Order: sequence, then structure tokens, then C-alpha cells
Amino acid sequence: MKQINVNVHQITRVEGHGNIVLNAKNGRIEELRWEAPESPRFFEAMLRGRYYQDVPYIASRICGICSIAHSTASIQATEAALGIQPSAQTLLLRKLLYNAEMLESHVLHVLFLAAPDFLGVGSVFPLVETHRDVVLMALRLKRLAYNLAEILAGRKTHPLSCVVGGFVKLPNVNELETIRERLGHALVDLDTVVELFKTLKVPDFIRETEYIALKDPKEYAFITGEIASTDAGTIPLSDYLEVTNEFCVPHSTAKYTKNKRDSYMVGALARFNINHNQLLPRAKQAAKELELVAPCHNPFMITVAQLVETFHVVEGSINLIDQILDRGLKEENNRIRVRAGRGIGAVEAPRGILFHDYTYDENGVLTKANCIIPTNQNHNNIQKDMEALVPTILNRPENEIKHTLEMLVRAYDPCISCSTHLLSITIK
Amino acid sequence: MKPKVAFFDFTSCEGCQLDALNLEAEELIDLLNTVGIVNFREVMTEREDNYDIAFIEGSISRESEIPRLQKIRSQAKIVVALGACACIGGVNCLKNHLSMEEALEIVYGNDAKYYDTIPARPINAVVTTDYYVRGCPPTTTELLGVIKALLLGKKPDIPNYPVCVECKMADNVCVFERGMTCLGPVIRAGCNAICINNGRHCWGCRGLVDDPNVDSEKDILQKYGLTVAQVVEKFKIYNTYAEVAK
Repeated sequence: MKQINVNVHQITRVEGHGNIVLNAKNGRIEELRWEAPESPRFFEAMLRGRYYQDVPYIASRICGICSIAHSTASIQATEAALGIQPSAQTLLLRKLLYNAEMLESHVLHVLFLAAPDFLGVGSVFPLVETHRDVVLMALRLKRLAYNLAEILAGRKTHPLSCVVGGFVKLPNVNELETIRERLGHALVDLDTVVELFKTLKVPDFIRETEYIALKDPKEYAFITGEIASTDAGTIPLSDYLEVTNEFCVPHSTAKYTKNKRDSYMVGALARFNINHNQLLPRAKQAAKELELVAPCHNPFMITVAQLVETFHVVEGSINLIDQILDRGLKEENNRIRVRAGRGIGAVEAPRGILFHDYTYDENGVLTKANCIIPTNQNHNNIQKDMEALVPTILNRPENEIKHTLEMLVRAYDPCISCSTHLLSITIK
Repeated sequence: MKPKVAFFDFTSCEGCQLDALNLEAEELIDLLNTVGIVNFREVMTEREDNYDIAFIEGSISRESEIPRLQKIRSQAKIVVALGACACIGGVNCLKNHLSMEEALEIVYGNDAKYYDTIPARPINAVVTTDYYVRGCPPTTTELLGVIKALLLGKKPDIPNYPVCVECKMADNVCVFERGMTCLGPVIRAGCNAICINNGRHCWGCRGLVDDPNVDSEKDILQKYGLTVAQVVEKFKIYNTYAEVAK
């Protein structure tokens, strides 16, 4: 009988380092592991002893692709600890900046990292020749997201102007108006992406799991709201540790999590399954065209859910700019009084729910940090998906099995470098 | 034959590599017409061990990373450090203030025994490094400039004067005048003072200029009633490995 040995060392087109190991003999799986052996970075140890103003700046460096998510979670955790209520203007700007990253990250994943799988190539580079229009459009959308972030925070990777208490520099009205127009054009570009995706075949695989995402009664939640689970209902942020239940496994520097079942999923598909009713009209329409229907239990559809969300963030950004321009921008005095306390910040990073939990002393110096990263929460679900998927494809050629497993991992858009940078903290 | 370029990452956030792709369409097409990208794990499946120029992102913080970097050095004609972590050690070195046992204990508790970590260091602490693309993250303009210079066989032109020079040209109000501390007087320019332009201070991500005028920095601190300790705390964020400004 045939022997299957799949050993993907450092899977490509993901952020960070991950390995897939599968050994099967005579149709029996002897070994099947998803490993996350990223070099640990000790951010929780590094944040200790830092002054509150420096903390979000450093925390942003956890991840180059979702630096705005980390920075925002860090700012919100710090504000909660210091008892600071951000102004209405700050919240609008923060949401707009957040959308920039969601757009950039989703475009990068959908068009640069995942699409080559569907088009049978190893990277986006050969597509410059074969699918030039799509590549040009992808670059245009990415530039748009970068420019939006630049207007609001100086740059996208490791943003500058967003700080605890608000923004130290306000965007220029003309720039907002210009980018609003470009956002309108982006909706047209995204329609073309939908047309492309309608022609691609997403692997057919179903495994129901628990889905966890932020939920806000007012809107499709990215940076506000409480924790919602498809199994457990709504849970206050203060109880996040009861949801995540982290544990260590020897083959990964990343920690694993579970809640009601063996594993749970976070990210675009979890958000869609929980909050799909709150998507903006163009996003709802895209979901319909792409046959994404809640509840969806196919992890390969995460990429499609991300595409649906790109419509939501582009539409949402246009609405936010209109609100900002309507009310006018004014300089605000962000005076901060330091106090001792603990605060939790939770946001939906592009890859899923992200928690930062900080304790500060009376001088505003951080004494304890705990960060729980979306990809950490997905590791265990990836493992369980593989365990369910492999028996159904074991009769296929080894290369096809390998490719399907890589596609599964890539669908999660794992950000392994950040998932292992930050693990929970236990102080002696 | 187009020169072959490879990108590698070590302990880092991978933001430098991602920003390398933040190009205008024409720039990307020009780049692909000029060089062959043969190794870039983050965005491509193909890998090749034959390359001329290796860009290295990240600092070295595990034993196992040392032989990997040495192998890359032996294969590449030119090794370029990409970003603050590779150039100067960067934020990763903040953990060097703790003993490695302590850092492991804080993050992994009782499971610390599973993990391997050494004090973080820039890549030139392990291998000879030919060029540096500085910043956290570097600007795409600077990266493209370095690639162009290398293709023309020229030495990339990186400023060796402090950020203050560019900050003045950008017409900013001095950060010290606004009552905050700033590392601009001793940190290498080339960023066009992006942090100060956007309401912050200089964090030191591009490392010290050669022969920093530490006395003048001390004079500035005295003028504004600041202490060395206040600046050292800021300085540590990127420049722990340099261990200067004492």
C-alpha cells in the first residue's frame, strides 16, 4: 500500500514560519501536525517597565502586517487602564485608520497570497505577465490602503499619529476628499475581483466549529463591542481568559486555545457568521454573488469572507469620511492624568479577535502585559481541520494532498510571526 | 542574466519585507524586469539557493538562526541588512535587559523549557554585512535606491548627519520646544524626519550617526531641564545593543 509523506518546512505565502507534517501508511495516519516554530520575541517581557506613551509604539512592532490592529488594541487597553474616554472625533479617525489596514491586509491575502493557489502558480510575480490587469488592480488597492493610512497616521506599517488619548496630528481635509473619490473607484475594482473569484473553485470541505468574534449592536464590529461566540453567546471583555484558555504544546512556540469544543475559529469567516446582518449593502451583495451564506462551515471560504469584508471597509470608509467632513475636524486637548489600573483592549485584527491586557502602576509604567493573538486562537482549529480533512483526501496523489493542506493553512491567513511574539504572561 | 535577489527573515515582524512590496505598479514591473526575485518566502513558493544579493530582515535571537545566516552569507555576493532589527538589533534587544531565563519564565511560565533563546543582536554581530537599509520600517524609496545603486555597482548613499538636519528642512517645531524628549540630535538621518512630521519625536530607529555628538545632546538636555535617564529610556527602545549614551 502506498505511503504518504508530506513535510512542508516553512510554508510559503504566509506571515511567519509554519510547518506541516503528515505521515500515512496503508491509509492510516501515523503523524499529522501543524507546527508553529517561530522565533519567540518576548514582547510581553519587553513591554514591562515601559512608560504608557511608548507602549503602543512598541506593541505595534509585534506584527508588520497588522501593526494598526496591535497599536489600536494597545491604545485601547491603555485608555481603559487609565480611565480615558476617547472623543467622538478620535473614534471616527480610529475606525477609518483601522479600515485602511483591514483593506490592505485582505487585498494582500486574497490577491497576492491566496490567488496564486487558485491560478496554479507559485507567487504573484508570474501573474504580472499572465493576469496583468488583476495585479495592477491589486497594487492599486494596496496603494489606496497605504495612502489612507498615511493621511491619518503618517504611514501604514507602524502608524505614528495615533496615540493614547487621540491623534497628535489631524488629517488634511483636501486629502480626505481626494481619497474619498479613490475609494469610490475601488468599489469598481473590487467588482472585478468578485468576477474573478466566481470562476475559481474553492475546495469543498465542511467542519463545523465554534466561531468567536467581537459583536457590537450598532455596527459590524472591528474595534468596539463585546465577545460573541456561536456556542456561548455574548461574553464581556473582562472574561476573555475564560474564552481563550491558552495551553502550550511542545512543537510550537505559539500557544493554543480552546473554549466550548476542541477548538474554535476567529477571523473573517467567524465575523461573517456572527455579524453578517450588519454588513453594508455592497458587501451583502458581494456575499450573495460569491455564494457565501451564514453559517458557513468551510474554512476554505475564509478568503471569500475577506473579499466580502473589503467591500464593507471601502463602503464604511466613504461613510466615515463623510461624517468626519460633515462635523469638521478640530484640535483636541488630550491631557492625560496617569493612574494605576488594569485595562483590556480587544479589536478584530484582519485575522481575528486580538486581546491586549495591561496593568499600569501609579506612574504610568507597565507592570504586566498579556496579549492573545488571533492566529494562536486558530492554530488548534487548523490542526482539527487537518485531522478531519486528511482522511477524505488520502487516496489522492501526494502532491495534491500537500497542496490542499497548504491551501487550508493559507486560507486562515496565519500571521505566525505575531502569534508567537506574544504569549501569555505568568509572573512568578 | 538578471542579478538574483533573495529576501530572508529572522526574528522580526516582517513589516520591512511587506513594505518592500508597497510599490507603484510601474515600479514593481521595472523591478521585475531588472532583477530576478528567487527567494521570498512570504510571497512566493519557489525557492532557490543561488542568488547574488541577499536582503536580511530581523535580528538574531536563537542559536539555530546563526548557522542559517552564515549559510546565506556564504552563498550571497552581497548581504544587505533590511530594517532596524537587522541593522542595529532594534526592539528585539529590549529583552536583553532581562536574563534569558527570566524572559522565558515571564512569557511561557512552566513551559519555558521548550524554548531556545539568546540575547538578540544585529546581523553584523554574526556575519560581515555589506550594506544597511535603515528604519523601522525603511521607506520603499530608500530600499529602491539601494537596489539601484547595487545594480550600478555603486555604494548606496546613506546620510551620516543627524535627523535634526532633515527635521529643520521640514520646518517642524523642535520637539524639545514642545516639552518632549527626542533622539534627533544623535540619530542618523535619511527618514526625512517622518516621526516628527507626524506629531511624534525621533525614536532612534536608524541608529546612531558615526561619532555622535553625545556632549551636544547632553547640553540640549540640560537646556530643556531633562535628565540623561529620560533619554536613555527612549534610546533603549531601538539601540539597546549599541550600549552608548552612557
